[in-house]
Amino acid sequence: MNRGDLLRLGGLLLLVVLAGCGSEADTVVDAGAGQGGGKPAYGDTYVEALQGNISGLIPNVLSDGPSFEVASLLYNGLVKYDKDLILKPELAESWQYSRDCLDLTFKLRRDVRWHDGQPFTAADVVFTYETMISPRTPTAYGSDFKSVDSVQAVDPYTVHVRYKHPTAKALQSWGIWMLPKHLLEEAAREGKLREAPQNRTNPVGTGPYLFKEWKSGEKVVLVANPNYFEGRPYISRVVYRIIPSSATTFLELKAKGVDGAKLTALQFKRQTEYPAFRKAYTKYQYAANVYVYLGLNLRDPRFADRRVRQAFAYAINKREIIEGVRLGLAREATGPYKPGTWQYNANVHQYPFDPAKARALLASAGWTATDSDGFLVKNGQRFKFDLLLAQGSDEGRKVSEIIQSSFKDLGVQVEIRVIEWAALLKDFIKKRNFEAVILAWGITPDPDQYDIWHSSKTSPDELNRIGYANAEVDDLLEKGRGTCVEAERKKYYDRLQEVLAEDQPIVFLYFRDGLPVVSSRVRGIVPAPIGINYNFNEWFVPLNLHRYTAG
Amino acid sequence: MFGYALRRLILAIPLLIGITFISFLVIHLAPGEPVETTVGESSTQSDAKLRERLREIYGLDKPLHVQYWNWVTRLARLDFGRSFSPDARPVLQKIGERLPITLLLNIVELLIIVTLAIPIGVLSATRQYSTFDKITTVFVFVGFATPDFWLALMLMILFGVQLGWLPISGLRSPTWEYLAFWPQQWDFLAHLVLPILVATFGGLAGFSRYMRQSMLEVVRQDYIQSARAKGLPERVVIGKHALRNALLPIVTVLGLSLPGLIGGSVIVESIFAIPGMGQLMVQAVFERDYPVIMGNLVIVATLTLVANLIADLTYSLVDPRIRVAARRGRR
Repeated sequence: MNRGDLLRLGGLLLLVVLAGCGSEADTVVDAGAGQGGGKPAYGDTYVEALQGNISGLIPNVLSDGPSFEVASLLYNGLVKYDKDLILKPELAESWQYSRDCLDLTFKLRRDVRWHDGQPFTAADVVFTYETMISPRTPTAYGSDFKSVDSVQAVDPYTVHVRYKHPTAKALQSWGIWMLPKHLLEEAAREGKLREAPQNRTNPVGTGPYLFKEWKSGEKVVLVANPNYFEGRPYISRVVYRIIPSSATTFLELKAKGVDGAKLTALQFKRQTEYPAFRKAYTKYQYAANVYVYLGLNLRDPRFADRRVRQAFAYAINKREIIEGVRLGLAREATGPYKPGTWQYNANVHQYPFDPAKARALLASAGWTATDSDGFLVKNGQRFKFDLLLAQGSDEGRKVSEIIQSSFKDLGVQVEIRVIEWAALLKDFIKKRNFEAVILAWGITPDPDQYDIWHSSKTSPDELNRIGYANAEVDDLLEKGRGTCVEAERKKYYDRLQEVLAEDQPIVFLYFRDGLPVVSSRVRGIVPAPIGINYNFNEWFVPLNLHRYTAG
Repeated sequence: MFGYALRRLILAIPLLIGITFISFLVIHLAPGEPVETTVGESSTQSDAKLRERLREIYGLDKPLHVQYWNWVTRLARLDFGRSFSPDARPVLQKIGERLPITLLLNIVELLIIVTLAIPIGVLSATRQYSTFDKITTVFVFVGFATPDFWLALMLMILFGVQLGWLPISGLRSPTWEYLAFWPQQWDFLAHLVLPILVATFGGLAGFSRYMRQSMLEVVRQDYIQSARAKGLPERVVIGKHALRNALLPIVTVLGLSLPGLIGGSVIVESIFAIPGMGQLMVQAVFERDYPVIMGNLVIVATLTLVANLIADLTYSLVDPRIRVAARRGRR
C-alpha cells in the first residue's frame, strides 16, 4: 500500500546516489499546455505530493525514494549529472584526472557555506569519505569507494583522491551528498548517524533549500536558502505532502490541493484530457530509469538453450504489451540501457513479433511433437512452466497474462503464480527456485552493470539471479568499468548490448515512462533527458500568478 | 468484586505473555527481514558485510528464543526499544506522535455512533415494520455493503472537487502556519469532517442493528408487559424499563471496541492521508520493523484484556443479577 509500484513489480532499485539526479530522461513536453513565459519573481509556495513517508534527513544512511527527493534540495555533491546526464561540477569547481586514471584532483568552490553559516571545505569532503567507508556507518553506498586508496585535503579547497586501480565510476561516486564535519563528527565516530538530531529535526547541508519542519507521515516543509551559492531560489517555500493513495493524490490535483505529482498511465491518458485540467497543469513524459523484463532461470536446461529464449522474444508482442498495459506510455527495450543515453546502442538484433519464426526456433531446439491439448512435447515432457510475479502489481499481472496467452498459441503452457514480494524474493529468487519471473530493473545513469551480468555474481544475495555466464560479456564488463575514458567505455558497452540482444538472457520488454504534472503557474521548467526536477531552483511563479501569499 | 477484578488481572499476565510470544514467533516467521529495507533491497552497492553488521546491531543474529527473551526483559522495564527503520527513533515516541490523531478520530466517531445508533435502534424496534424501520433497514444494508474506500472517494469527489466545500485529504492546509488562531482550528476541523463521516457510516449501521435486536428481545419480555399493565406511560416503559435492559449487550460490544480506538483504520487513514496508528502499523509491517509491530501489539493486547475486564465489571454494575449470582457462587 505504501511502497511504490516499482518495488511491487519486484523492481530492484540500483539506487542512484547522485543528488538531484532523479530517474528521468528523454523528456517530452505535452504539446497541449504551453509552458508560458512571465517575469521571474521570488515567493509563492510549491506543494508536491510524496507517496510515502520519508525515513530520515541524512540521505547517506537512507535508501528510499521520498527521502532522496527531499534530500536533493537540502544537500549537494562534488559533482552532479546535468540535464543531459553528463557529469558536471557542483560543489567542486573543476576536477582533473591523471593520465593513468589513478589520481583524481578536485578544486572546490570557495563560496559555499553550510546552512549554519560555516564554510564548506576539503575537510568536509574527507570527513564524508571516511564516514562512508567506516564499518560503523549503516550505509548502502560504502562500496562505491572500495577502490579508493587514499583521500587527502591538500589545502582547504583542494582534495586529492588516489585509486588502487582505474575505476570508471570514480567520478560519479563523488556525487555523494556532502555531510558537515563540524556537526556530525561525533555521531559518525560512534556509528550513530541515524540517531543524530540532524537525521530528524535539523539537517544541515549546502543545498538550495533549508529545512523547516517534518511532521511524520503528514508533511515536510523547506524554505529557500537566501545564501545558496548559485543564487537564492525563486520559489520560497516547498511543502511535500505525504499522500499514500494515488487516487487521493489525483483528486487533490483536480481540486488544486497540490501543485505537482506523478500520474499513473491511466490517469495520464484517460482522466486528465479535459480542458480545465490541461489549463491548470502541464503534463510531462519521459523514459524513466526502469525496465520490465521476463526473467528465465538459465539453470533450467530448457531455457539454457538460446534458441528457446530467442523464440520467446519473437513470440511476445511488445507493442501489444505497451499498448495494453501502459496505454502506449512506455518504450520498447532492446537491452538494458535507455534509448537516448550516450551508452545506448540501437544497432542490435531486434525481435519483432513473429510467431512463425518463434515456432521454427523452438522446432530447431527439438520442440516438435505436440500432445492432445496442442502443447509442445519433448522426451515425453510437456513444455510447461510457472511464471512468478509479485503481488499487488496490476502491471505485472497484465504483462504476464498477455505472455501467457501468446505462449499458449506457441504451444507452451504458462501457469501464473502471484506471490507476496518478500516471500518471492526470499523463497524463490534468492534460492534460485524459479522457472520464470516478471521483474523490473532500475538502472543508473552509468552503464556499469557488472553486478547484474557478470558470471561471478550468482551467490544468493547477488544480482545475477538467472545464472547468466558468458565469457565475452564478463570480459566486456571488466574492461568497461576499468577505465575513465568515456569513448573507450562506449566501445565496450556497444558490444555488450549486441551480445545481450543476441543471447536474450532475459527477454527485455519495455522502459516505463515517468509521468509528472506540474501546475501551469510554475514557469522555468525546461524538460531535458534527465527529467524536469534538475533545475528546481530556477523554477518560478510570475508575481500575478502567486497563489500562496504567505512565505 | 475487588477480589474478582484482581483475580482476572493476575490471570491476564500469562495470557499477555502467550499473546506476545505467539505474535513474536509469527512475525519472525514471515519472509523478509528488516535488514533488506534498510540496505535498500538489493542495490548493487550494498554488500554482505553491511547486512551482517545490521543484523548484529538489531540482534537478529541471535537465536529466536534469545531475541524474545531480550525483548521481554526490556519490555518489563517498559523499554519498547528503538525502531529498525532508518530514523532509529524510540518506539514509544513513534507511537506517541501518531496516537493523538487516531484517538481523536475514533473517539469522536464512537460518540457519534453511540448517540445516533441508540435512538435509531430503539425507534426502529418499537416501530417494527414501520416506514422508519424499513428505511433504516435499507440504510443499514447499504452501510454494511458500502466499501469504505469507495464511499471516501465519492465524498471527496462531491465535496472536495465538485463543490469545493471541504479539503480532500491531510490534516492541515499548506498555509496553516500563517492562519490566525480561529481559522487554524476551523481549517483543522474541516479536514476531519470527511474521514469521520466515512468511518461513522459503516459503524453506525452495525451498532443500530445491535440496538434494534436487543430492544426487540426486551420488549417481548413479561416485565414490560407488566409495566404496561400497571399503567405506566409508554415513554417510561420504553425509556426506562426496556432501554436499561436492552443496553446490556451494547455495553459488551462497546467494551470490545475500546482497543480499536488506538488501532486506527488503515483504509480511512491511507485514503485521507492521515498520519495515524493504522498507517504506522502498515508501514512497520512492510518494513518488518519488529520493535514497532510488537510495541503496537502489546499495547493493543493489553487494552483488549483491560477492556474485556472493564466490560465484565460494568456488566455486573448495570445488571444486578450478575452481582447476585457472583455472590451466591462464592458461597
